[in-house]
Amino acid sequence: MTALLRHGRYVLGENPVTGLAFGLFVLLVVLAAAGPWLVPYDPLASNTAEALRPPSHAHWFGTDQLGRDLLSRVVVATRLDLTISICAVMIAFAVGSAAGVTGGFYGGWTDRLMGRVLDTIMAFPLFVLAMGIVAALGNTVANIVYATAIINVPFYARLARSEVMVRREAGFIEAARLGGNGGVRILAVHLFPNCLPPMMVQISLNLGWAILNAAGLSFIGLGVRPPTPEWGIMVAEGAAFIVSGEWWIALFPGAALMLAVFCFNLLGDGLRDLMDPRRRT
Amino acid sequence: MLRLIGRRLLAAAPGLAGVIVVTFLMTRALPGDPAAFFAGPAATREAIEEIRKNLGLDKSLTVQFGVYVRDLMRGDLGKSLTTGQPVRSDLVSRLPASLELTACGLLLAVSIALPLGGLAATRPGSWVDHLCRMLTTAGVSLPIFFTGLLLVYVFYFLLGWAPAPLGRLDAFASAPRSITGFFLLDALLTGDIGVMGAILRQLALPAITLGLFAMAPIARMTRAAMLGVLSSDFIRTARASGLDRRTVLVTYAFRNAMVPVVTTLGMVFSFLLGANVLVEKVFAWPGIGSYALEALIVSDYAPVQGFILTMAGLYVLLNLLIDVLYGVIDPRARIEA
Repeated sequence: MTALLRHGRYVLGENPVTGLAFGLFVLLVVLAAAGPWLVPYDPLASNTAEALRPPSHAHWFGTDQLGRDLLSRVVVATRLDLTISICAVMIAFAVGSAAGVTGGFYGGWTDRLMGRVLDTIMAFPLFVLAMGIVAALGNTVANIVYATAIINVPFYARLARSEVMVRREAGFIEAARLGGNGGVRILAVHLFPNCLPPMMVQISLNLGWAILNAAGLSFIGLGVRPPTPEWGIMVAEGAAFIVSGEWWIALFPGAALMLAVFCFNLLGDGLRDLMDPRRRT
Repeated sequence: MLRLIGRRLLAAAPGLAGVIVVTFLMTRALPGDPAAFFAGPAATREAIEEIRKNLGLDKSLTVQFGVYVRDLMRGDLGKSLTTGQPVRSDLVSRLPASLELTACGLLLAVSIALPLGGLAATRPGSWVDHLCRMLTTAGVSLPIFFTGLLLVYVFYFLLGWAPAPLGRLDAFASAPRSITGFFLLDALLTGDIGVMGAILRQLALPAITLGLFAMAPIARMTRAAMLGVLSSDFIRTARASGLDRRTVLVTYAFRNAMVPVVTTLGMVFSFLLGANVLVEKVFAWPGIGSYALEALIVSDYAPVQGFILTMAGLYVLLNLLIDVLYGVIDPRARIEA
């Protein structure tokens, strides 16, 4: 236990920014878990007498055009935004790594078929594909998750495939085979765990992108419906007021979005430095 | 070079075929019955059946696919319910606006990112390096619609330098005589300097927004690639042979560093085309992105489908451009072709 703590301190000492990012991540998780109990106002309660007030002591982030408290809305939105992106990345990870590992290990037509499907996904500009998927499947939050997952699958599949390919003929795999292990068992017990470190880095870097993507979709009016608090749609609601100078409606949800993406990107960079010191920049 | 382009076009064919199949499947996966949708809420059962027959929806999926491909070959993308126009003419009239914006954004990004990344790599730890790192981190983390809104607030509302974010031209100026559809080019061709200024003022903020976004990955990659190349043996040899700094950096290092940078351009294009939609929405830019969005809101699928096909086609063309660039930068790529 002390060794683990010492290692943790060494890692954070090397790069304090990673520590900061980790702190930010903990904060986001706490807000997502306990947000609705922490906020001072009901995020959906409108109060037209207090509409469009700039940040003040009573309303730290100000109020929007319906008099709803922006601080409460920004905090409560954390849960939805994190849920969408984490679900999407988890689905992409599960599907992508399963496909990539199988394709890389067995080769042949499985691999070729997988390659074709991935190439087709990558032949689209990814955000445009996500738009199309949500438009075709229907305008719901679940479909935002699926669309974001689909456009993320190629990254995991390609990574998993290349990681398996380099280890397929390695000595420890030969040894496992000689020991009488079957293909599936070798894949699951010996190969897959060895591919995990670079995949974890990819997950962390991807989470930021998934949040941006989901928020972008709701910004253009897909998926999340008002009055649900969500960062992308809140920025969209504030966009109309920017030209008349009410900056706080769009600024705070946008800043929250930026902080979350920033946090995941820094965490990803930190994780990568830990796993692969040579690629440190 | 022509052979290279031909080969790459052939290589892009399966991707394009995939794109066509996927967009077809998307239309058939639409929630609800398209025939009932086209007929409207007041239609009778017979009317819906009639429309179903007219649309060819009573035939098998493979036959429908054949019809769809045949229409595509003839350039028929269907009709928009909202504008009442064929989707193709709508797209053609709006495409120059999008292309002009994207091209300006990309040009801006490349012209800042390449020198910035190169300078940062030659002077690690200096203020240029820190500036480069700051800009790239901000570029990846800032949601593009948010950057756009911030710029509007600062430069339109606070400073008053930029015009209102309402399209390609403000209400008082008249558009230049249409030759190519690209306003900047048309103004240049007709020699109308006054209008050109107005166009540039409208274009500045959305182009900067896109540029900031596209700059980050290019600068990051340029820096990393330059660092890699500068530490390699042939640069040491070139320096040891007494070549001047300029020759070493520009002729030897920069050209070699460009290969991985051009590779990232593919990803940058993918993001840029997506980001274009968001920027068009923020600045009320009358391009194909906002056209698709208007259609999306009222579930008018033909324009959305046409938009996706156009975007995918553009992306294929841009990737072709990247392959050609490879040939220009790296002679080995020419020999392989």
